[in-house]
Amino acid sequence: MTMQITDPAVRRTARARPDYRTQLQNWIPKLVLSPSLALILVFVYGFIFFTVYLSFTDSRLLPTFGWVGFENYEKLFRLRHWDIAVTNLVIFSGLYIVLCTAIGLMLAIFLDQKIRGESVLRPIFLYPMALSFIVTGTAWKWFLDPGIGLEHTMHLWGWESFSFDWIKNRDFAIYTVVLAAVWQSSGFVMAMFLAGLRGIDNEMLKAAQMDGASNWQLYRRIIIPQLRPAFLSAFVILSHLAIKSYDLVVALTGGGPGRATEVPATFMYSYTFTRNQMGIGASSAVIMLLTIVAIMVPYLYSELREKK
Amino acid sequence: MSVASSDTAVRTGRITRTFLYLVLLLFALFYLLPFGVMLVNSVKPLEEITGGNMLALPQTLTLQPWFEAWATAQIGVEPTGLHPYFWNSIKMVVPAVAISTILGALNGYVLTKWRFKYDTLIFGFMLFACFIPFQIVLIPMARMLGLSGLAGSTAGLVLVHVIFGLGFTTLYFKNYYQVFPTELIRAAQIDGAGFFRIFQRILLPSSGPIIVVSVIWQFTNIWNDFLFGASFADLDSQPMTVALNNLVQSSTGVKQYNVHFAGAILAALPTLIVYIVAGRYFVRGLMAGSVKG
Repeated sequence: MTMQITDPAVRRTARARPDYRTQLQNWIPKLVLSPSLALILVFVYGFIFFTVYLSFTDSRLLPTFGWVGFENYEKLFRLRHWDIAVTNLVIFSGLYIVLCTAIGLMLAIFLDQKIRGESVLRPIFLYPMALSFIVTGTAWKWFLDPGIGLEHTMHLWGWESFSFDWIKNRDFAIYTVVLAAVWQSSGFVMAMFLAGLRGIDNEMLKAAQMDGASNWQLYRRIIIPQLRPAFLSAFVILSHLAIKSYDLVVALTGGGPGRATEVPATFMYSYTFTRNQMGIGASSAVIMLLTIVAIMVPYLYSELREKK
Repeated sequence: MSVASSDTAVRTGRITRTFLYLVLLLFALFYLLPFGVMLVNSVKPLEEITGGNMLALPQTLTLQPWFEAWATAQIGVEPTGLHPYFWNSIKMVVPAVAISTILGALNGYVLTKWRFKYDTLIFGFMLFACFIPFQIVLIPMARMLGLSGLAGSTAGLVLVHVIFGLGFTTLYFKNYYQVFPTELIRAAQIDGAGFFRIFQRILLPSSGPIIVVSVIWQFTNIWNDFLFGASFADLDSQPMTVALNNLVQSSTGVKQYNVHFAGAILAALPTLIVYIVAGRYFVRGLMAGSVKG
C-alpha cells in the first residue's frame, strides 16, 4: 500500500495509527479506477478472448462451441474473397500512409515559412478531419461519378476526351478510396508535423546556417530528423485508421464494383452478419487484431517505458 | 518579401515563395472542392444537377432539399427525414461524452497523483483498448447487448462508446495532470484534504483546456461513428450517420442528389461547428496529448 504521493512522515503516522479514515483514503484511488478497469477487462479483453475462442469453433448464424481447431483459418486463407480484401488493405494502407505523411509534411513545411494567411489555410486543410467518413464518402462518390461528377463537368466544358471513371473500374476503384481517405486525413498529419516544426530550436538552425548550410541541408540534416516522434505518431495513427477503415468503403463504393474494394473490415462484417459464417468472420477479426498488435504493442511499450 | 523576417533561420527567395503559395492554394482548393461543391449543389433544384454542371452556381436558389432532408425524406421505410436520427445522435453523444470525460479525468488523476504498483501496466491495457479493430468485439458485444436487453437502445450505444473512449480520455488527462505540481497536492493532503476534495478544489479548476480537448475528441468520434451504430442500433436509436447512409444508398426511385447533399451537410454540421469554434484548442491539446516533444 505505498502511494508515491504520501510524504514518508505522513505514511509513518498512518502506519502507526491505521485508523478507518486513512485506510479508506488509501483505497479510494483504486476504487475510483476500478469501474473503468472492469469495463475494459470485460468488454475489451474478455470479448477478445471470446472472439478468439469462436474462431476455433463451428459457429455459423449464432455462436456455437463445437471445436474445429484451425479449420476456419485454413478456409479463410483459401478464400479468394479474403485474398482480395488483404491485397486491397495492403495497397490502401501503403498508399494512404505514404501519401498522408508526404502531403502532411510538405504542407507543414510550406506553412512554416511565415506564410501570409496561415490562419485561414490551416483550418481549410484540417476541416475534413471533423467529417464522418460517411459524409466524405457521399461527397466523393458523387464527385467521382463519371455520369454526373467531374468527368461530366469536363465534357460540358468542352474537354470531350476527358475520362475519369476509376470509381466504376474494378482495377482502379481502390485508388478512389485512397484519394478520399487522404483527403480526409492528410490535414491532420499536417497539424502534427506543424506542431513538431514549431518546437524546433531556432538558434541551432541559425548556427548551422552560419556554417553555410543551405535550406535543403537544414531540412534534411537537422529539421526532419528532429521530427521523428511526429513521424512515429503519424504512422501509428494512420496505420490503425487504415486497418479499421470500414465506413469509408461502405459509403464510397460499398465494396464494389463487384468485390473490387472489399477490405478485411467489410469482409468480417459480411461473413459474420450476412453470410452466417461466424467462425470465419471471427478468424478474420483475429487476423486484423494480430496486425494491430504487431504495430501497437512495441509502440505503447516504448512510449510508456520512457515516460516513467 | 519582408515577411520572411529575421527571426527565422530558413529564408526563402521570391520565386520559391510564389511556388509555396501556389502549392498551398492548390491544396486549399483540393480540400475545399468536394465539400464546397456539395454545399452549392444542395441548394439547386434536381434538374439543374442531373442536367447541368456541378461547378455552376445555382440559377434558382431553393432550400427545399434542406427541408426535405430534415423533415420528409424517405429513410429506410419511413418518410421522416433525418431529424429523428439527429436527435438520436444527440441523445447518444451527450451522455457518452460526459461519462467518458468524467471517468477519464478521475483516471488521469489517480494514475498521476496516486500512483501505485503496476499502474503503468494498467494504463497500457486501457490505452491499447482504443486501438483494437472493433471487429474483434462485434460478435460478443452484439450477444451481450441482446442478452442484457440493451440491444437497439441508446443506452447500449452509450455504454459501447464510453468503453472505447475511456482509453483516449484517460490518456489526455493523464498527460495533462502529469506536469501539474505534485507539491500543491501534497500540501493540501497535509492540511487534511481528501481524495475528492483535492481533485475538486485543486485540479478541476485548472483543467479547462484538457476538458475541451477530451470533449471535442469524444464528440467528433462518437458523432461520426458508423460501425457501432450500424451494428447495434434499431430504428429508435439509429444515429445520424447510419440514417444518412440509408438515405444516400437507397435504391428506390430517382436519386435525389440535392437532398442527399443537404443531408450529408446536416450530418456534418455539429462537428464542423465544434471545429470552427474550438478547433484551435483541440489541435494544441491533441499535440500535447499524442505527440511527445
